[in-house]
Amino acid sequence: MLDTGGQIAIRVRDLVVGFRRHVVIDRLALDVRKGEILGLVGASGGGKSVLMRTIIGLIPRQGGEIEVMGAPINHDRATRDAAGRWGILFQQGALFSSLTARQNIQFPLRENLVLSDALMDEIATAKLEMVGLTPEDGDKFPSELSGGMTKRVALARALALDPAIVFLDEPTSGLDPIAAGDFDTLIKTLQKTLGLTVFMVTHDLASLNTVCDRVAALADGRIVAIGPMRELLQSGHPWVRAYFHGKRSQMLQPKAS
Amino acid sequence: MPSGDTLELRPVGSWTAANAATLERLSNDIAPQLDRASFVRVDMAGLRELDTIGAWLLERMSRRATAAGHRADVVGIADDYAGLIEEVRQVNRHPPTPAPARNPVVAKLGDIGRGTIGAGDDIAAFLQMLGALCVAIMGVIRRPRSLRLTSFTYQLYRVGWQAIPIVVLITFLIGAIIAQQGIFHFRKFGADSYVVDMVGILVLRELGVLIVAIMVAGRSGSAYTAELGSMKMREEIDALSTMGLDPIEVLMLPRILALVCALPILSFIGSMAALYGGGLVAWAYGGMEPAIFIARLHDAVSVTHFQVGIIKAPFMALVIGIVACSEGLRVKGSAESLGKQTTTSVVKSIFLVIVLDGLFAVFFASIGM
Repeated sequence: MLDTGGQIAIRVRDLVVGFRRHVVIDRLALDVRKGEILGLVGASGGGKSVLMRTIIGLIPRQGGEIEVMGAPINHDRATRDAAGRWGILFQQGALFSSLTARQNIQFPLRENLVLSDALMDEIATAKLEMVGLTPEDGDKFPSELSGGMTKRVALARALALDPAIVFLDEPTSGLDPIAAGDFDTLIKTLQKTLGLTVFMVTHDLASLNTVCDRVAALADGRIVAIGPMRELLQSGHPWVRAYFHGKRSQMLQPKAS
Repeated sequence: MPSGDTLELRPVGSWTAANAATLERLSNDIAPQLDRASFVRVDMAGLRELDTIGAWLLERMSRRATAAGHRADVVGIADDYAGLIEEVRQVNRHPPTPAPARNPVVAKLGDIGRGTIGAGDDIAAFLQMLGALCVAIMGVIRRPRSLRLTSFTYQLYRVGWQAIPIVVLITFLIGAIIAQQGIFHFRKFGADSYVVDMVGILVLRELGVLIVAIMVAGRSGSAYTAELGSMKMREEIDALSTMGLDPIEVLMLPRILALVCALPILSFIGSMAALYGGGLVAWAYGGMEPAIFIARLHDAVSVTHFQVGIIKAPFMALVIGIVACSEGLRVKGSAESLGKQTTTSVVKSIFLVIVLDGLFAVFFASIGM
């Protein structure tokens, strides 16, 4: 275990999650390597978001172990302290609507660090510019931001404390193809510059193809296939075949096939 | 580490968010030296960890030196951090333009002006809602089937039936308190028996309806505003309009009608509860037999007092309903706005209910009721 311990960012073993008698995640095992972008695909309602929320401690689990950066995740104080090690981009952004974009980005800084206001402003502006916004955008309220800008601000907030791991829940949903493509590029760039580990739940085949180093397919409460995109395209699992070889996925295939 | 005119900085260890406070102090301490040195060399070879905050602090130091007209070299950048440092070099080049400071007097005058115009807008919004409601009622009179009977019944159940326990409890207590205070003070003049007149007239003419209206404004008015506001936020109201339905007719009319029907009933029940409370206290505390209380009440109050009270109820309900609905429609995208409009709705409707009560008092006095 020790030889791989240094390379694994998130280790999930025998994870069981369910609501009452309905089991959503069934003895699932998953490793996310440090510095990779892992895409998670699965049927709608199939437990992708549940898996992500369980790893970050929002949903209690019925069994199994989760380790993030070598530290076990439980429902206790230590897990909340671990929150500094990850940033989360929620599907709808989840920006605090009573704060401006800049204040949203500063919120984690203000709560966790002791910094002067001037430095905090500079860092917030730096983050804004890193996600491709202008300093002026920082004074806008979330209700004044477009969908793409909301996602960018939410990403900046997720990155405020320079976490080692970022969880993205459908980062490109609701964006037009150009904005989605830009956002993919942004994630890739930031992942390179900041050395992030990215755990991304997505349905966007283009993102899976362009930014993800590996893709994991979740079906029947387990990871049924994991590997680089081209390996998944070869996978024999019926659900994975249906997912990647359906009509909508034809654009990923060479024309000849 | 100054050596001659050259200042060599060798940041070591973890320049990360975890040590942010120490790092900021360090970089502030070094600032005077930066200004003095004519050549600054930053050797990053000793860095173990670096994140955006650390990179920015280092960048800020070398920018400060450059701004003072000195040379700043950064050497020994590890490959892992090259991208980050390059990225940080690009940021904060154009500080945000600070908002121009406003003259406080002008700002205050501006606020007052905006407030005045806002009050005008409020009146306009109220009248607009009243007008739209009248149109909707006309529509219902022409086509009685277009009244949402299910919705109306449900709202009546919510604002009427479900409100009865709390209304009864509060008005019972109010009646009891008035009776107790009356007996306590009237006793000094040997006029305890007049407490029946006071409780009867006060409760039937004013307090019964007023207390109930204020409670309904707080209980049901706020619920209306919050409901309609969140429907507005989730574009449900827009969805209704695009289906060719009038939100006023579908959502507001049943709600306001339910209030108009419920408030007189609640006022009646409340008044009875208050009289009952007053009677109980008169018996237990004032030693007045229930039979005597009822006989005196019979002499003291006439049906006019009851009419004066109950006539006000539907008008108050109308005001509460209109204010609650129009504030609900003013909710904008944020959760904060929802809270603000709900507060405004309750404050405004209670204020208007009291103003209306005053106007009715003047009116009834002038026609001699």
